[in-house]
Order: sequence, then C-alpha cells, then structure tokens
Amino acid sequence: MQLDWIYGLIGGLLIGTGGAIYLLGNGRIMGASGIIGGLVDGSGWSTAMERIIFLVGVFAAPLIVLQFWDRSTTNITTNVVQLVIAGLLVGVGTRIANGCTSGHGVCGMSRLSLRGIVATVFYILAGGLTMAILRHVMGWI
Amino acid sequence: MRNFIALLAGFLFGGGLIVSGMTNTAKVQGWLDVFGAWDPTLAFVMGGAMIPMALAWILTKNRTPLTGGSFPARPDPKLGRNLIIGSTMFGMGWGLAGLCPGPAIASIGFGGAYLWTFVAAMIVGMLLAPRVRATMDRMVPAE
Repeated sequence: MQLDWIYGLIGGLLIGTGGAIYLLGNGRIMGASGIIGGLVDGSGWSTAMERIIFLVGVFAAPLIVLQFWDRSTTNITTNVVQLVIAGLLVGVGTRIANGCTSGHGVCGMSRLSLRGIVATVFYILAGGLTMAILRHVMGWI
Repeated sequence: MRNFIALLAGFLFGGGLIVSGMTNTAKVQGWLDVFGAWDPTLAFVMGGAMIPMALAWILTKNRTPLTGGSFPARPDPKLGRNLIIGSTMFGMGWGLAGLCPGPAIASIGFGGAYLWTFVAAMIVGMLLAPRVRATMDRMVPAE
C-alpha cells in the first residue's frame, strides 16, 4: 500500500512536469477533456495537430511502460450499461464544466483558481456520493 | 517545436498516469469510497502533480511561452451554474466507472473493448454537451 503512494507521488510529479512543459512551452493548459473535446466538436481544429500529437503521447507512453512493468490491470466493469452512462456523464459534464481532473484539478488548483477549486470539490463530492449510494446503499457496484 | 512539446507533455502525462496507478479504475473508485476500503493514492498523485505545475505558474510571470503567444489569462472568477452542474455530472460518471478523460485515453492501447465502450460514450457525451447546455439555458436563464 505504501509503495502505491510512492508510485502515486512519482506518477503525479511526471503528470505535473508534463503540464508545466505544456504551459511554459506552448502557453496552453494541459486539460485532457479540453484537448479531446476541441477535436470532437470542432472548436479546437485550428490547433488540431498539437492536440492529436499530445494524445498520441498519452496513448503511447503507457504501452512503453508496459514492456517493462505489467501494470495493465484496469479492473474495469464489464457492465456495458454502467460504462455507457458513466461515459456520457463524463463527456457531457467535463464539457459543460469546461474541465476535468487535469484541467480544473491539476492546472487550475495549482494557480489557486477559485473555479478549479470549486469544480474539484464538486466532482469529488459527486463521485464520493455516487460510490456511497451505489456501493453501500444499493450494493450495485 | 510546438508539436515536439505537445508530444513530450503527452508522454509525461500518459507515463505518469500508468506509473501512478490511475489507469486502474479500482484505485480511483477506492479514493472515492470513503465508507469502504479507502485508498489515498489519488491524493498523492494530485499533490505530486501540483508541485511542478505551481512552479510553472510562478515562472509564467513577466514571461511569454517558449513558442510565442501569451499565457492563458486568469479565467473569470464567476462560478456559475455550468461549472457546478457540469462538475457534478462529471463526478457521478467518474465514480460510476472509475475513469476520467486522461486515464481513459492512456488505457486505449491495453484496456480492451469495455474501455473502448467508455471512450465511445464519452465522445458522444462531448458531442451532446452543447445541446444539454442549451436545454439548461432554456429551463433556467443563463447566469
């Protein structure tokens, strides 16, 4: 368990370094939902190339790590209805809120943005309540 | 140069997500499961990520980005309904599947069909977002 926290810290430092390079280099906020969403709805097509290249990096790096370290366990649910509802909520919610864990959480909170902090409080509360109700009250997940 | 920086940042982001264990949905759901076997790993990931990021924000003062242009302006501090409702919806989906957009992309190469199902639904959700926002505007006048 404690080793997990250390991996978490090291991984976090890597994520933050990525965000720092993206900000200082390209002047952009490294928010996953914004980078994907801009490609999906066309609002970011003028910067499509750097978005696609960024996502290729996100996709490829884990595959390289997996060559040396089997960390491919996702424990993802096999309940398709649950996955579809979750995916729709994440897609709609992050676009309406204009950010997710990386944009509002990592990038926003680290500049002490009130919007980032409030968004993070609400998605953690909503996620925690969802777990509490669906796992402990209903016993569904 | 911009593309090289984007690739490097993407690599660090994707690498950090798998090293930290955030591609494992059980660890994310474990962080949200305060009434069960609570797993604090995500707090270490978030804290670790905020250290270089906070330094970067300090370095943006009186500077411009390496490739030109300007740094993103501080957003309007107005909170608004969209931020609250959107974040709440996102949090519900995040808890339901243990996935947010970054780890979802990072797992595409090894996550299999169930993961792809989530990604497909997320993309559909992103396409539907403007309609959902318009519906909300009709029901309650915008902020």
